[in-house]
Amino acid sequence: MRVVFKTSYDPDIDLHEHGHSRAKIAILLAVMVALPFLVNDYYLAEAANTLIWSLAGMGLMVAVGHTGQVSLGHAAFLAIGAYADSALMSAGAPFWVSFPLAGLITGIFGALIAIPAVRMSGIYLAIATLAVFVIVEELVIILEPITGGVGGIMAPSITFFGLSFDRYGALENFYWLCLAVVALVTWGYANLLRSPTGRSFLAVRDSEVSARALGINVTRTRALAFGLSSGVTGLAGALMGHYIGFFNYELFSIFVSINLLLVVTIGGLGFIQGAFLGAFLITAVPQIIAIMRDNLVSVGIDLSGVPGLDTMIFSLILVGFIIYEPTGLYGRWLKIRTWFEIFPLARRDMFRRQKSYLKTERMR
Amino acid sequence: MELLQLIIGGLANGCIYGLVALGFVMIYKSSEGVNFAQGDMMMLGAFIALGLGNSDQMGLPFAVAVVLAMILMFGISWGVERVVVRQIFGQPQFALVILTIALGFIFRFVAGSIWGYTPLVLETPFAGQNMRTGGIVISLSDLVTIGVTLVLTVALWSFFAFTRIGLAAQAASQNQMAAYIVGVPVMRVNSLIWGLSGAVATVAGVLYATRGAIDPNIGLLGIKAFAAAVIGGLGSLPGALIGGLVIGVIEPIAGRYAPGELAKMSPYIIMLIVLVTRPGGLFSQIHMKKV
Repeated sequence: MRVVFKTSYDPDIDLHEHGHSRAKIAILLAVMVALPFLVNDYYLAEAANTLIWSLAGMGLMVAVGHTGQVSLGHAAFLAIGAYADSALMSAGAPFWVSFPLAGLITGIFGALIAIPAVRMSGIYLAIATLAVFVIVEELVIILEPITGGVGGIMAPSITFFGLSFDRYGALENFYWLCLAVVALVTWGYANLLRSPTGRSFLAVRDSEVSARALGINVTRTRALAFGLSSGVTGLAGALMGHYIGFFNYELFSIFVSINLLLVVTIGGLGFIQGAFLGAFLITAVPQIIAIMRDNLVSVGIDLSGVPGLDTMIFSLILVGFIIYEPTGLYGRWLKIRTWFEIFPLARRDMFRRQKSYLKTERMR
Repeated sequence: MELLQLIIGGLANGCIYGLVALGFVMIYKSSEGVNFAQGDMMMLGAFIALGLGNSDQMGLPFAVAVVLAMILMFGISWGVERVVVRQIFGQPQFALVILTIALGFIFRFVAGSIWGYTPLVLETPFAGQNMRTGGIVISLSDLVTIGVTLVLTVALWSFFAFTRIGLAAQAASQNQMAAYIVGVPVMRVNSLIWGLSGAVATVAGVLYATRGAIDPNIGLLGIKAFAAAVIGGLGSLPGALIGGLVIGVIEPIAGRYAPGELAKMSPYIIMLIVLVTRPGGLFSQIHMKKV
């Protein structure tokens, strides 16, 4: 167990509690930067995919994990980001203009939706986002000149100062681009959480009434959080469009929204690290299933004739997590770490969940 | 004449949305939770009835098959509540949403691996029987759908309004702790309501199957039914039916007279308008927020 000796108030809000954790992040970042030299193209492409999913997961985490606004329609924001970026690039804007603009457009769209939607709470917001998702999906089909309709469009390839960032032509560069975006967003996100704005997000999540009593403008805070959330998801969507290369509206189905929810719940609600762990799981599990399937064939069990097995396994994992570990992978890791840190003193009830008894606001 | 024809077809469609929405509302009324697997429960119910009733499967008479399917679905939903949903008792609403979405996928997988993914047709005694009055064609299955829905809505409404268990269910949702204290077996009531909503979903599924082929993905209809429940105000049984009818009628009319894809979007646009103007739905039951 490490004892941190504080001599001023500053360390209380520091991003890292001590140099040790700062060093760990630095090592992780160094390994990620060096990854193209360590693994082959197949794993590098998977790593880029994982980074994009963690970016989208961070976007949803702002809304679900830190402000307590459940969204079932974040695939819509992925779609808006991807189409905005492609459309701007086709119109001739360079990537460094179109990419932030795509995020901005998505963020503004998200905030505009959020202003009426945040008046609703809990379940109603989830439903409203679902409705927005369906409407956006149909709009994508209607707005054929921009989106290519049902046929889909080709994401233009990225060039920066003469350097190619094409996903197929120069995978290393594309990977580094994703890594840079993810690192920047993570850094900003972590810093946001220790700012007054970030603290007000948490306050709104934990108790709307007490947040209001403390002078927080709840509507504004929730709209801001939702806008930020959709903006970051829009950035992820833009990268996803470039990663896939050729896409139509089917890339952003309702299942993508649900996968995103899976990322944040399995990863760990309310932890930035959770978005990464969840994204890793969601990109790794299909591969593991494929490998296991091949191995099972060699011992005489053929599962290739069973469609939908992947979704089934995902669903079972999700049910298991919701019931047995609602704090997700990161929460489990925290528990294990604490157990070792305070070794003989850990007790079973240290992380006991609090049950709440339902009280409705309905009159009948 | 054409408009009238559209309205009648829409009413029958709306009744099915309304029936699925009734299932949502029942669970919402008793535990303030939203069951996103309701559409998939409807699908499973329809497939069980098909498996029991179709001549190439078990070949039971239609009425027997439907009743047996209802009993089976009652058992399945009751069991799901007992084994899975009860584990997260006392957790936030959000947990139930994700849990039931996952359950929906599991139901879909189960139905897909038993009955396959190719559309199947349920054999019914009233297939293809139509009545003509003054240029309007009314199919018998439409009439049956409308009739059954009305009867079920009234029955369920009176169940919640007058019977002991119905009142207990409402008490359990209004204040769980207080309900416990006055002796309501909250857990058992919840299981029972889940079972009932499974049976209602089966009826909806069978009625849906009388109007066309079914495959494991028809559960996605649940999203539309959800819009219906929200338009009526989650928590109001007649509201759910009216919400379903509104969607059911407007959809074909928008498809006929409005341009392009507007028909597909119309349920959700209506729902958004209702949510923005009356956040609690048309039959709102929330009057003030308590601290």
